Amino acid sequence: MTNPQLLWLRKNLFSTWYNSLLTIVCLIFLFWVAKGILTWVTTQAQWAVVTVNLRLFLLGRFPQSLYWRVWIVLAIASTLGAITWGVFSSKRNLTKSGLAIFSLIIGILLIVFPLDLTSRGYLLLIAVLLLISFLLGKRFTKLIAPWLSFIWILSFPIIFWLIGGGFGLQSVPTNLWNGLLLTLLMAAVSIVLSFPIGVLLALGRTSSLPVVQWFSILYIEIIRGLPLIGILFLAQVMLPLFLPVDLRLDRVVRAITGLVLFSAAYMAENVRGGLQAISRGQIEAAKALGFNSLFVVILIVLPQALRAVIPAIVGQFIGLFKDTSLLSLVGLVELTGIARSILAQPQFIGRYAEVYLFIGLIYWVFCYSMSLASRKLEKQLSS
Amino acid sequence: MTNMKSLWRDRRFWQIAGQLLAVFLAVAIVTILWGNLNRNLQQLGIQFGFDFLKQQASFDIGETLITYKPTDTYSRALWVGLVNSLRIAVTGIFLTTIVGISAGIARLSDNWLVRNIALVYVEIFRNTPLLLQLLFWYFAVFLGFPKVESKISLWGLVYLSQNGIQFPWFTLSPEFSALLLGLTFYTGAFIAEIVRGGIQSVPKGQWEAARSLGLKPGLVMRLVIFPQALRVIIPPLTSQYLNLTKNSSLAIAIGYPDIYFVASTTFNQTGRAVEVILLIMLTYLTLSLTISIVMNLFNRTVQIKER
Repeated sequence: MTNPQLLWLRKNLFSTWYNSLLTIVCLIFLFWVAKGILTWVTTQAQWAVVTVNLRLFLLGRFPQSLYWRVWIVLAIASTLGAITWGVFSSKRNLTKSGLAIFSLIIGILLIVFPLDLTSRGYLLLIAVLLLISFLLGKRFTKLIAPWLSFIWILSFPIIFWLIGGGFGLQSVPTNLWNGLLLTLLMAAVSIVLSFPIGVLLALGRTSSLPVVQWFSILYIEIIRGLPLIGILFLAQVMLPLFLPVDLRLDRVVRAITGLVLFSAAYMAENVRGGLQAISRGQIEAAKALGFNSLFVVILIVLPQALRAVIPAIVGQFIGLFKDTSLLSLVGLVELTGIARSILAQPQFIGRYAEVYLFIGLIYWVFCYSMSLASRKLEKQLSS
Repeated sequence: MTNMKSLWRDRRFWQIAGQLLAVFLAVAIVTILWGNLNRNLQQLGIQFGFDFLKQQASFDIGETLITYKPTDTYSRALWVGLVNSLRIAVTGIFLTTIVGISAGIARLSDNWLVRNIALVYVEIFRNTPLLLQLLFWYFAVFLGFPKVESKISLWGLVYLSQNGIQFPWFTLSPEFSALLLGLTFYTGAFIAEIVRGGIQSVPKGQWEAARSLGLKPGLVMRLVIFPQALRVIIPPLTSQYLNLTKNSSLAIAIGYPDIYFVASTTFNQTGRAVEVILLIMLTYLTLSLTISIVMNLFNRTVQIKER
């Protein structure tokens, strides 16, 4: 037994009799699953429903003549994303394997996806942009880092202007914001808005002022005791009743309100965990230096607390991203909603498995990349 | 003047003033919202009140554990929904605990295949929306099964068909089965990670000490490691149970008549948004509170006994 492969097999798969048994059971299970999937994919599945409706999945009924605006939005978002990634991974160099994987993904997207020529051109351009901004982020880390969050915040109104129009651009009503585009917008806006509210609620809950503390506890516990669908119902049906008669809120705005109300309560509990991890000594030391309470919180407590709960917060973001799918139940046409309407097309009746697997893959890619990024960030910050 | 200045600098003064301001703001907001609500309801011609619960519901419910007919009242219909919710919550919590603990322990197995199959399970189910999984189970799996005449037999014990899962002594409807499987596997993936974290938090020395006493690996896990891991596991496990219970409200997407489904039908028929929302809130808050209390009692039994 000197062959390393055999040794590995023996150590990892056949170390004891029950391990061998488990291995065999697992192999049979895998074989059964693989066989089932292969037969289904090759003989039963009809992927036309996905290829024909690709545009609908991604953008829904967004006017085709204005797609260039969405491409610019994608370019802005990916540039900023790549710069951020570059800044945070400044310590390590761009590896050959990383570059290879990146080109492979782009290659697959370009070749396999049934896109028209212009889209392929845009995609290639964005791939180059990604690479350049990543390198820029790495090169000028010191210069960019302090401005990063500011640039991100600044990009939001620009992105909304490009998608929604107005101020010189042809306007696109929100009922035409569909598919993956709407999912991403809803998730991003809800994350950005629920974060500060969550932090405030967490500070309120740990505050020494009884009234503030009671209000925070009441809010957090009531919201956390309710199912999200109930809160979305509340936002869609009840919000208009609570507002003045002549004020009509857009459907999308109501949905975002619901998501933010919901997410903020969970965010607050995550942040509270971080606040509890800060030792009193830190606060006392800061006070001894003459900081007033507000500065102690902003400059000393929060940075440490938030760093401690990054995994929990990213987990929360992932949850929120997945939760946007519930908006399809209150009539929004985001990714799950568009899947519904595609399944209602007469020529694709009953193609549930293909459609749900496809959008499942999209959700999975986004959520899994977020969790990978969070793990990397955690390592970076702890080292 | 000096008095004024010292008041200006007094922290107690600011604290009390700030809280008074908070109370004032809250009261003002509630008053404004309440006023709007009354005005809006008046315009819609709806009067607040729970009298409608005594009216005839006149809709049918697909699945009932207690007797119900469309001529019964709304309160009876809601009661049926609540029983259905409890049914899914209790069976779901039971099954997901088994799935979660098994997958969590499998994630730490010596066996490479077992470990990685568990990892793939967790990563797939955790990173896709529950709603999507439920739709998949219901529309792609259960409605994809053959008709009842040509049902699939699993070792002659269990039969799968469009009518659901048929056991020798009872049958589960496709709606219930899809919801149960969806909730179980989704929540199980989260519980698996919690269990893994809990087990890994037990110091290595405990394993070694238990082994050196001559205990077999299975017994080490059951008698030494797991009871200690439970201290770390139970608080997040409680939130997963709460999540499962709340998420059972997604039943509405696949037509299982739980409390949320019935309440929502009631709202559609009567237009009683405020009352229905209050009922939903009350139900779920009670359910959540009950689970929390039970789990906290359980939590107390596994804590380290100290003076």
